[in-house]
Amino acid sequence: MKVIYTDSLVIGGGLAGLRVAIASMQRGYDTIVLSLVPAKRSHSAAAQGGMQASLGATVKGDGDDEEVHFGDTVRGSDWGCDQDVARMFVNTAPKAIRQLTAWGVPWSRVSAGDREVVMNGKKVTITEKKEAHGLISSRDFGGTKKWRTCFTSDGTGHTMLYSMDNKAIQMGIPVHERKEAIALIHEGGVCYGAIVRDLITGELMAYVAKATTIATGGYGRLYAITTNSVISEGIGNAIALETGIATLGNMEAVQFHPTAIVPVGILTTEGCRGDGGLLLDKDGYRFMPDYEPDKKELASRDVVSRRILEHMRKGKGVASRYGDHIWLDITLLGRKHIEKNLREVKEICEYFLGIDPAKEYIPVRPTQHYSMGGIRTKATGESQTLKGLFAAGEASCWDLHGFNRLGGNSVAETVVAGMIVGEFVADYCAQNPLNVSGTTIEYFMKQEEQKITDLLTRDSGENPFELKVQMQKIMMDDVGIFRNAKDLEKAVEELKVLNQRAKNIALRNRISSSNPELVEAIRVPKMIKVAQCIAYGAMLRTESRGAHSREDYPARNDKDWLKRTLTTWKDDSTGLPEVTYEDLDIMKMELPPASRGYGVDNTVHHPDTARREAQIEEIKKANPGADRFKLQELLNPIPIPEKFKGKNERIGRGFK
Amino acid sequence: MSDQERILKFQIFRYNPQKKGDKPRMVTYEVKEAVGMTIFIALNDIREQQDPSLQFDFVCRAGICGSCAMVVNGSPTLACRTMTSTFKDGLIKLLPLPGFELIGDLSVNTGKFMRAMSERVESWIHDRNADKVNFEKLEERMDPDVADEIYELERCVECGCCVSACATKRMRPDFLSAVGFMRLARFSLDPRDKRSDEDFYEIMGDDDGVFGCMTLLGCEDYCPKDLPHQTQIAYLRRKMVLVK
Repeated sequence: MKVIYTDSLVIGGGLAGLRVAIASMQRGYDTIVLSLVPAKRSHSAAAQGGMQASLGATVKGDGDDEEVHFGDTVRGSDWGCDQDVARMFVNTAPKAIRQLTAWGVPWSRVSAGDREVVMNGKKVTITEKKEAHGLISSRDFGGTKKWRTCFTSDGTGHTMLYSMDNKAIQMGIPVHERKEAIALIHEGGVCYGAIVRDLITGELMAYVAKATTIATGGYGRLYAITTNSVISEGIGNAIALETGIATLGNMEAVQFHPTAIVPVGILTTEGCRGDGGLLLDKDGYRFMPDYEPDKKELASRDVVSRRILEHMRKGKGVASRYGDHIWLDITLLGRKHIEKNLREVKEICEYFLGIDPAKEYIPVRPTQHYSMGGIRTKATGESQTLKGLFAAGEASCWDLHGFNRLGGNSVAETVVAGMIVGEFVADYCAQNPLNVSGTTIEYFMKQEEQKITDLLTRDSGENPFELKVQMQKIMMDDVGIFRNAKDLEKAVEELKVLNQRAKNIALRNRISSSNPELVEAIRVPKMIKVAQCIAYGAMLRTESRGAHSREDYPARNDKDWLKRTLTTWKDDSTGLPEVTYEDLDIMKMELPPASRGYGVDNTVHHPDTARREAQIEEIKKANPGADRFKLQELLNPIPIPEKFKGKNERIGRGFK
Repeated sequence: MSDQERILKFQIFRYNPQKKGDKPRMVTYEVKEAVGMTIFIALNDIREQQDPSLQFDFVCRAGICGSCAMVVNGSPTLACRTMTSTFKDGLIKLLPLPGFELIGDLSVNTGKFMRAMSERVESWIHDRNADKVNFEKLEERMDPDVADEIYELERCVECGCCVSACATKRMRPDFLSAVGFMRLARFSLDPRDKRSDEDFYEIMGDDDGVFGCMTLLGCEDYCPKDLPHQTQIAYLRRKMVLVK
């Protein structure tokens, strides 16, 4: 049995995973990153539009700070997020971006003087301040009060990931590529690493560690059409679930991005609309102002996606052989702007649609994009129930995003969580000895060996590719943007059947080394379980919140549902996971629940909301001299690591 | 695009070095073309419907991550964004990218090569203060045009097309190749990187470096991101020759 020891094992080589590994190494701990693919090919690279951080250098970001970013994030989450986490996040994001600057990201910079931009369909001239010249610029994104999204053209994720991986290479951090973690090793409620399969040789190895961090990204590929890369299959979530101890949080919170191209589902960045692009229907009519007169195309993602679907249901979609779509019009931005700031979009249009977006409209429709749910963690990033297991980035439910993530907050989360969780991982390595028995390691190794042997020797059975297609169709048809009891009950039942069938997979290609069918056979049963968590959680949540939109329960119901869904799967022989709930305590909220400001407010309020509002007023009155930092401390004291506690400087206001 | 359904013929290189006794060969698969079909879609179709052992690499399938470079009808390119409709006769021949360790079939180990390249050119900002930077303060300013120029050179996705299209690389196994030169050009342009021309000379001032280039410029011809290899290689050569 091959056993590899390290202090901090990181599963996933995207932005979040690499940053946790860097933090571990900086603090003097041995670390290994496992990755399905070369780290620079991780899905982080596909982030186009930008990273939110309240630097406020551009004139349209004037007045921006942590408070405004916090408010946008909490409102965007439909009050589903963890406000402690949102606080740590907004306070650290400016530091994260500035650190990445020192590490090499060529952020687009502010140019002093006049420039023409498109706002609300019209050309407007804005004048950038002289003192801002050369600082990091930012663009407008949906659901934000300020232009806060910092960017490198529309290759932001690419440049961030390259700088991060380069930093990891500089530090000599080993990235073990083409390795897949297929089970976690745990004993007495503590996680000690993972059983890992080499995707080339097929060899099984035990990676034994004090701390294990899952940073494997989202679960978009559970859906038939998604913007996600083919490796975003939720396997990190699944192996946590399969421990029977770790919990998954808010798995039903799944985001659909308003503008992915039809039919292949490749993303065109929110920057298209942030920079002034419009959504048009089959008559060339700009419909968003009718639905959302205030924010129009730049309402929050969940809202825009629903409005598009609503409009298409009225017969206003453009018919195509792949079903209806609408148009994204960026022609008004002009060729120069597109070729400089939206060049990935331009390439995608040319190669996949054969069109020139400077001249033609882009066919788009809402498409699965982001997983707000994931491994439920404490604010430190550690699982609430399985010690030594950490999660960061999209794989986690740290819970920065609640039920809807703002554009630009995901890459920001990856690096900020990487920094913060990385410190707590290092603390954990300092405080805990490696106390796992050889018997335990061997037990998990044998278990996985047996599963693979079964797969390779079963004479006849199910085809894993077919099971996956069926699962993806169920999720797409019945657990999509608009949900209802009938569809969800059907999905839950059908997935239950698939779960049983997945126990009987047989292979045509029976070799244990490099074998795509075996990879599929290992993953598909796991994916089905994760899909069940989503469908079941969605069925049970009888309210609408953020991206979880129930046609039969259209109101957000704080009274009964201001709580986080927690899913565990203790007994593999049962057909369904167990669901419990974790209350969100309004009395501790810095920003008590209110209306998000979209459409009609039909929220069913919680009695604590008014109490907390009154309490906050009292605290404010009792501390008339308190500045925003003091007030935050009074309203929401947070456990931010010492390194990241400092105030952030901005032009024109210093550290205030 | 024609609405008529065609039967595409894929000739695919097959060889699994992990499998004892396996021998390299070309195998033909027929696939019914669909509208908007890419090589990504077609290869998955073959794997799911015809041969589950077929190995290939895709990640983003959107031309962003650089995983899927292979030789398509004689030219190295990104398979994910190659539409089958561009092949008039419906014949598509696929070979793995030369110049890299073969994993199996169309899958090659570009990751190993690129990590070694990054280590060799020290693909990071060289500045003793980079780790001491006070990130509470305003970031260091940068000329907006310089930032744009750096991004221009940083658009490389390490797909490996330039390496496989390089005749010099064929003759000199340790030749750094265009991907390495582009990285060096990117860092030499970056005011944050404090390396001198002499430092860069140490990395590329020999025949396995920029002086070995025969300027056949396959890199320029086949770069899927249209990076300015020709200009940058010429620029680096001139710069290096001036180092005393």
